[in-house]
Amino acid sequence: MKKGTSVVVAMSGGVDSSVAAALLVEQGYDVTGVMLRLWSEPGKEDSNRCCTPDAMAGARRVAAKLGIPFYALNSQDLFHDVVVQSFIEGYRNGITPNPCILCNQLIRWGFMYETAQELGAEFMATGHYAQVHSKPDGNVELRRGLDPDKDQSYVMSVLTQEKLRRTLFPVGGMAKPEVRAHARRFGLTVADRADSQDLCFLAGQDYRSFLARHAPEVVQPGKIVQADGRHVGEHQGLAFYTIGQRKGLGVAASRPLYVLEKNLANNELVVGDEAHLGRSGLTAGGMNWVSGTAPAEPFEAEVKIRYRAVLAPAVVTPQGNNQITVHFKNSMRDITVGQRVVIYNGEVVRGGGTIQTSFNTIEEPA
Amino acid sequence: MKERIYLDYAATTPVDPRVVERMLPFFSGTFGNPSSVHWFGQQAEAALESARETVAGALGARPEEIVFTSCGTESDNLAIRGMAFAQREKTGAQRIITTPVEHHAVLHTVEQLVELNGFKMDLLPVDQYGMVDSEDLRHALRDDVALVSIMYANNEIGTINPMAEIGKLCRQRGVPLHSDAVQAAAHLPMNVVRDQIDLLAIGAHKFYGPKGVGALAVRKNVGLHPSQTGGGQEDGRRAGTQNIPYIVGLAEALKLTVDDLEARRRRHVAKRDHLIAGVLGNVPGSRLTGHPTERLPNHASFAFENLDGNHLLTLLDATGFACSSGSACKVGDPKPSAVLNAIGLSQAWTLGSLRVTLGESTTLDQIESFIEVLPSLVNKVRGAA
Repeated sequence: MKKGTSVVVAMSGGVDSSVAAALLVEQGYDVTGVMLRLWSEPGKEDSNRCCTPDAMAGARRVAAKLGIPFYALNSQDLFHDVVVQSFIEGYRNGITPNPCILCNQLIRWGFMYETAQELGAEFMATGHYAQVHSKPDGNVELRRGLDPDKDQSYVMSVLTQEKLRRTLFPVGGMAKPEVRAHARRFGLTVADRADSQDLCFLAGQDYRSFLARHAPEVVQPGKIVQADGRHVGEHQGLAFYTIGQRKGLGVAASRPLYVLEKNLANNELVVGDEAHLGRSGLTAGGMNWVSGTAPAEPFEAEVKIRYRAVLAPAVVTPQGNNQITVHFKNSMRDITVGQRVVIYNGEVVRGGGTIQTSFNTIEEPA
Repeated sequence: MKERIYLDYAATTPVDPRVVERMLPFFSGTFGNPSSVHWFGQQAEAALESARETVAGALGARPEEIVFTSCGTESDNLAIRGMAFAQREKTGAQRIITTPVEHHAVLHTVEQLVELNGFKMDLLPVDQYGMVDSEDLRHALRDDVALVSIMYANNEIGTINPMAEIGKLCRQRGVPLHSDAVQAAAHLPMNVVRDQIDLLAIGAHKFYGPKGVGALAVRKNVGLHPSQTGGGQEDGRRAGTQNIPYIVGLAEALKLTVDDLEARRRRHVAKRDHLIAGVLGNVPGSRLTGHPTERLPNHASFAFENLDGNHLLTLLDATGFACSSGSACKVGDPKPSAVLNAIGLSQAWTLGSLRVTLGESTTLDQIESFIEVLPSLVNKVRGAA
């Protein structure tokens, strides 16, 4: 059934996507490799984590070894205009944006997905650790990757039924050691790069220096205050701090202080005790329900507020207009506006959206 | 498996089986070093000198005027660097006249001479077809010119330069003329060295010979500094043990080409013109680049308005057609074509180039099917932008 079915596989030169491509070839698919050329700051092309010339040469070598065609797809302008600009815009608006989410939604499963269709492919495949399962009713489910340490279903929560039906994750049902064993079996001597959560276009540097270069206007020093308004220090610019941050505040205090909140209107950074970091819930918007329809009733679920956060039990209440309210069973710290919240039922991803506010029950918006 | 159609003969050509046949005895059989005194060496030397005579005949040169190199690029490097240094030593001249549409083998060599060795570069203007006007050259030929380097035919847009006029002007002023004839060698008469051109660079793989071998014709009384020094091979102009099987292959391929030149031209021109008419007639916002008639007989090149040429190449390849583009780039970072800039195309056009070059195996059917699929692929690429 797979014989000759055409698949475009996103290759990075790394072990996961290389094994994904090799497995598809072995299974008899008609495989074409592609790699996205993303935007880098001029002069820093060699440091872009996703697509250095070395990584591209590596992917090209793997493709040659597998005997499949390989193309570099230029998405530098699109990536810059969409992903980098909204990253900067997010900080301008006082939130902490997640550009990888946007990249997966609009570049990988946007531009690359469309190019795959133009190339005549029935499926697009990647080396992500997530799983797609067909259900008897013809719909598909997005499930967590088998390897809990590698699971990337969080970022895949942007995908719709239509895209998931045409997406393959060949290593999603494997543990990392199994993937490495396949790499050895295929004779793929690919570098097993250390996982990194750095953003690819930051060229290995801190996002603060990137912002200072590209959006100096967001670097507005201001006051650090406590919840009661007491002025305790100066900050270098709200964009330079994250919710829950303790170190590097430059505030001398008798007890540890944490960033609780950013007050954009007054350009104030609100700090306080660890106990005040806890929130009982959040609201999110722009929900993508993987099934294609928003649930009608509140339901119990496990919720992630960051890629590497632990799953937290909660009640999710759909609010219409692709909004939700989440009430956590236990107080939750570090809820960050602009980050993605993803809703799970066991192994299944129900959906995800962008965090808009956090609250404590007593101050819950009506 | 889908049929794959190769339409990129300007990039490289398959080796003619007759050429392979001639090369084979010189790998394991007649394997000697042509510099050796003994019989093994003498046999290799005989093959080398016989190849040299063949190449000299084809280029209108004398055997001692032929230097074998590793490729067309090396021939260009040797000609330009070797001549620039020799002329500066002899006359003090340090201006190098060339054109903005040369292959990088020429341009980057001249640029390095400017950056590291104090030479000056004069770029002649080219017209809308990429052709040099001999009047411009006449004005540029001042006293302090060490060397003129002008390509015979352009790799990207196929335009043929008036080498006879150019050669005459240089000869009148006593300035050595180098011509990069790498693209021209498969299609145009080469026996021009003695009359018009002092240095002429070719590479075998463009005319159905093997990769990794080239030649430079150097007119007898022209001094040349070697750029590769060592054992004094090639009359001290290019050191290193000669690659006998490949040199034999180059000579055989060049001989077959010269013998067939006019017939090859006729075979190609009809198909090329059919292709050009088919593309221009079926793709809106398209234009021919390069000269409409004074162009390589197998060469069709186009620019498409508002189109990512690299993306088009990818879709063409996925559909089974192997072509090229002036901004072709394998790492997804295309730059506007410098050649298209030089012939005055605006930015809306310079990223959207396509080069289709025909060869001995190209059929009219292949061209028909190319013309059939191209418009829809162009639409797809334009839609994606």
